[in-house]
Amino acid sequence: MPKVIKAKINGILLRVPEGTTILEAAEKVQVKIPTLCKHPDLTASAGCGICIVRIKGTAKMLRACSTPIEEGMEIITHDPEIVEIRRTVIELILSNHPNDCLKCGRNNNCELQKLTADFGIRQESFPQFLKNLPTDNSTNTITLEPPKCILCGRCVEVCQNGQDVWALSFLERGIKTRISPAGEIQLADSPCVRCGQCSNHCPTGAIVEKDHTGKVWEALLDPDKFCVVQIAPAVRVAIGEAFGFPVGTNLTRKMYAVLRRLGFKAVFDTSFAADVTIMEEASEFEERFINNKKPLPLITSCCPSWVDFMEKFHGDMIEHFSSCKSPHEILGVLSKTYYARKNNIDPAKIFMVSIMPCTSKKYEISRSDEMFASGYQDIDVALTTRELSRMIKQSGLDFNHLPEEECDSILGEYAGAGVIFGATGGVMEAALRTANYFITGNELERVDFDAVRGLKGVKEAEIEIAGKKVKIAIAHGLGNVEYVINKVREAKKNNKEMPWHFIEVMACPGGCVGGGGQPYNVTDELRIKRAEGLYKEDKTKEIRCSHQNPYIKRIYEEFLEKPLSEKSEKLLHTAYKSRPTYRK
Amino acid sequence: MFKKTILLKDTSFSPEDKTRDVFTRCLDYLREKQLEQDIQVVRVADSGVYGQGLVMKVLPDATLYVNLKDEDVTRVIDAAAQNKTIEGLALKKAPKQIRIVLRNCGKIDPESLEEYIATGGYVGLKKALLELTPDKVIEEMKKAGLRGRGGAGYPTWMKWKFARQVVADQKFVICNADEGDPGAYMDRSVLEGDPHSVIEGLIIAAYAVGASKGYFYIRAEYPLAVERIQKAIDQANAAGLLGKNILGSAFSLDLEIRLGAGAFVCGEETALIASIEGRRGTPRPRPPYPSVKGLWDKPTVINNVETLSNVSFILLKGSEQFASIGTEKSKGTKVFAVTGKVKNSGLVEVPMGITLREIVYDIGGGTISGKAVKAVQTGGPSGGVIPVDALDTQVDYENLQKLGSIMGSGGMIVMDEEDCMVDIAKFYLGFCVDESCGKCAPCRIGGYQMLEVLKRVANGQAKLEDMTVLRRISQAMQKASLCGLGQTAANPVLSTMKYFESEYKQHIENKKCPAGKCSALSNYAIIQEKCKRCSLCQKNCPVEAIPGSREDGFTIVQEKCIKCGRCLEVCKFKAVSKT
Repeated sequence: MPKVIKAKINGILLRVPEGTTILEAAEKVQVKIPTLCKHPDLTASAGCGICIVRIKGTAKMLRACSTPIEEGMEIITHDPEIVEIRRTVIELILSNHPNDCLKCGRNNNCELQKLTADFGIRQESFPQFLKNLPTDNSTNTITLEPPKCILCGRCVEVCQNGQDVWALSFLERGIKTRISPAGEIQLADSPCVRCGQCSNHCPTGAIVEKDHTGKVWEALLDPDKFCVVQIAPAVRVAIGEAFGFPVGTNLTRKMYAVLRRLGFKAVFDTSFAADVTIMEEASEFEERFINNKKPLPLITSCCPSWVDFMEKFHGDMIEHFSSCKSPHEILGVLSKTYYARKNNIDPAKIFMVSIMPCTSKKYEISRSDEMFASGYQDIDVALTTRELSRMIKQSGLDFNHLPEEECDSILGEYAGAGVIFGATGGVMEAALRTANYFITGNELERVDFDAVRGLKGVKEAEIEIAGKKVKIAIAHGLGNVEYVINKVREAKKNNKEMPWHFIEVMACPGGCVGGGGQPYNVTDELRIKRAEGLYKEDKTKEIRCSHQNPYIKRIYEEFLEKPLSEKSEKLLHTAYKSRPTYRK
Repeated sequence: MFKKTILLKDTSFSPEDKTRDVFTRCLDYLREKQLEQDIQVVRVADSGVYGQGLVMKVLPDATLYVNLKDEDVTRVIDAAAQNKTIEGLALKKAPKQIRIVLRNCGKIDPESLEEYIATGGYVGLKKALLELTPDKVIEEMKKAGLRGRGGAGYPTWMKWKFARQVVADQKFVICNADEGDPGAYMDRSVLEGDPHSVIEGLIIAAYAVGASKGYFYIRAEYPLAVERIQKAIDQANAAGLLGKNILGSAFSLDLEIRLGAGAFVCGEETALIASIEGRRGTPRPRPPYPSVKGLWDKPTVINNVETLSNVSFILLKGSEQFASIGTEKSKGTKVFAVTGKVKNSGLVEVPMGITLREIVYDIGGGTISGKAVKAVQTGGPSGGVIPVDALDTQVDYENLQKLGSIMGSGGMIVMDEEDCMVDIAKFYLGFCVDESCGKCAPCRIGGYQMLEVLKRVANGQAKLEDMTVLRRISQAMQKASLCGLGQTAANPVLSTMKYFESEYKQHIENKKCPAGKCSALSNYAIIQEKCKRCSLCQKNCPVEAIPGSREDGFTIVQEKCIKCGRCLEVCKFKAVSKT
């Protein structure tokens, strides 16, 4: 039990555990101290200086975001001087920030804009001067607009300390300080793995997802195009946040409806392809675990940022990687082959859009030749949850009151296993359900694997399959990867027994529910709620294991033959190569 | 040993002086007179005296000769050989100074451990290690009343005590030698002139807090200091004064040098720690203070060079002797780098409680020009100006703060009527704007915006409301900046506005700079009665603002003039006026 600290905020006595910051403690007495740089998800950088408070008995003002409350402290969160100073600081920040809110990607959900409105700032007290720095669109996934950057440091914190990627850093100093990859290079030439966590945490429009909605509108307008769409598991439990639904509300069927009304001719579900992934991946595991065809551990590969990270930083792990493509790529190739043939549609006319929680999928769709397995680009455009929300709003469709609809068959019907892909541990859980069946031929009595759920950075467990112990590990948030990879590497080097047989990695904290393309202001609380939305759906599904999904059986019978068949290998699998961390 | 040592100011920092030749001539002369066994001439980087041409200092009697002509050099050697002083040529020894920090500077060979030991060096350490407990050492510091000489004046014993109280498997001590105030060089002088006194202080600090590892954080621009500290560390290691079981005690300490890359903000404790850890040198919020959570999250004590040199003195001579010097709350001495318009510029070490007037007039000899002193600036970019009416203030931490300045690390700039207060404020603020790490918005943007206002004032483009703008941003910077740099950056502006408001108003309302310093507000004109029509001004004008001919005479076109002052400089007949 941590020590309890007694202190006063605005004269109100309160007790909080030792280590609580003034900012957190103030919320307990109904004060939300304004701040710009602090994100509840991240360590405070203490940069902006807006959350200053007065401590009785000291001349200095302290930052609420980073000052732990101390025994007997008497804190004043607002008085005329504090408010005036905050206003001055906001105005100073505005003097170094362009006034193009109306045309900004964060208009109406910008944290600086909100503070400006809250403080009723109506004039420009200080002459404006802007950073003259070019926009960086090199990754085609996220757009960096340095003049809009207020140097809160969230992106740097999440990129360096959270994700361990170190693509973004602070460069230069004083008024010339800016965020950029080190060494005067563009993001695409940097270690950036396009996870988009920077864009998800940016308080302003300095880092946003690259907007591809225009391409989609254009395709929907084109009579020659047959537009199809798929939604990833994690999107359905997050999109509601943009429309006022309680966090974690599962809106699968409303999404099908809205996408049809937007003009898509067929609406598919990535969760179906997740079931395919499981068929392939569980077979790969069987090959390695039972038949020793390739070395253990098997490492999952459905996260493109994780793939990019591995190729850049852990090239020696390639042989452990599942060669299976990520679910949305599988759905892409199946729609332009199987679906096209079955419905007699020219695959050249199919325009496939993926609605993803992820910025990295925008990169993945053209990352290698294997992403053109259908003979065309398997996925034409990948949109993030945020972009779809905007499209819905642009269309004028009343999302909240749309009646629910069903998915198009057969690339839509999924087992519970397919939908939990969106949460950390979900792929592992789904794979274990099916691997157990493949190896033993028996169905599990209980398919829930509680040990792989939750937000612990690295989760480890032992499962028994056919009398053999299967040791597994799950890491989410790239910052947690090193521990896992180093252990594997060490065991390899010393010819020791592998610490684990099967490893799942997702680049974003919480897995895809916490993806870089999801709605803003994500915290662990939100991640848990979004994941709950998925687990709830799994629980209520009649069919919860991928191999039991009748449509999966059918697609193998009709088209793919069997997992790891020649056809499967050609269409559903990919290859990896070591890439330099810095391209130039 | 040599009977006399003559320090000759080195050439490396002033290329135009000819010390190198002088040095060879000295050697030749010593050889010629067969004085090589008795007298040694040493070239030094720093004689503690500046802007005084060729300088020779005869040791051990510390007779100082400045502004020497070539022919004087041999005379000085002759006089030294005969144990005489050349009256009229030697500078009188400055009175009113007490040397604690600079006790050995210029007196001993800084590269000789033996010479340091001969002055009582490492006796204090021996006493601490073998006779005193760490708590007793801290008690000594408390009795001595030593306060941090880096600027803020935090009691040294408290810093140590906090770190001592924390239970940790590892603790660190760091010597902050990232001296960066413009014009300040006292730390450098001690590092170069008496490295062992600082090392000894650091070992004592480590013993008191229980640290087993220490760092010297020295700016890379101080190569000689780095070299001498490294040499001294090696010597101390070899002599058993560092490393395992120091002087046979149970106490062990390793010391290492880390170089600073020249960022002023890295003198701030948390930024310094970040720099040593290999991260970008930016501050982090305090608390937690480094004494609780510092380098690599371990309790860390950071003391400034001058502080540590005092520490070794206190252990050697006792806290009572130290505490007998100074005022009630500020004990001991302070080293100042006195510069500006003062006649005798250089390093001085004075007891706390001395008045500014004594420093400026009795030690500094008043102004070079003979004009009245207008103000004294202390505390560097974090300090402020003190007007001439306050010159009788006794120098200590509290008094300077009351006046809107600070003690700082010891820069002291004397200003006369020709110094413009707006210009001074602009200079210091400009320094902080350049050196701001850019992390926090109030400092990064506030400083920039204030500087823009000051530029407008200096250019005669400001409005009276701009004074309010300056005060408003100052308040935000003082209260909402993350570290000391931002919190104090407005001080030079606020103090000049406080004491010289009318001067600001003259710039704003009358478009005049009373000191004649702000070039945009001065007008150059040709006094026709004095003009001899030589055309030199016309030839030298870089922007062709002086039309005319030798027949018709010359005039300056104000619209074209960029106020560079070149015409005034070149005119031999004082026919160019500046108003």
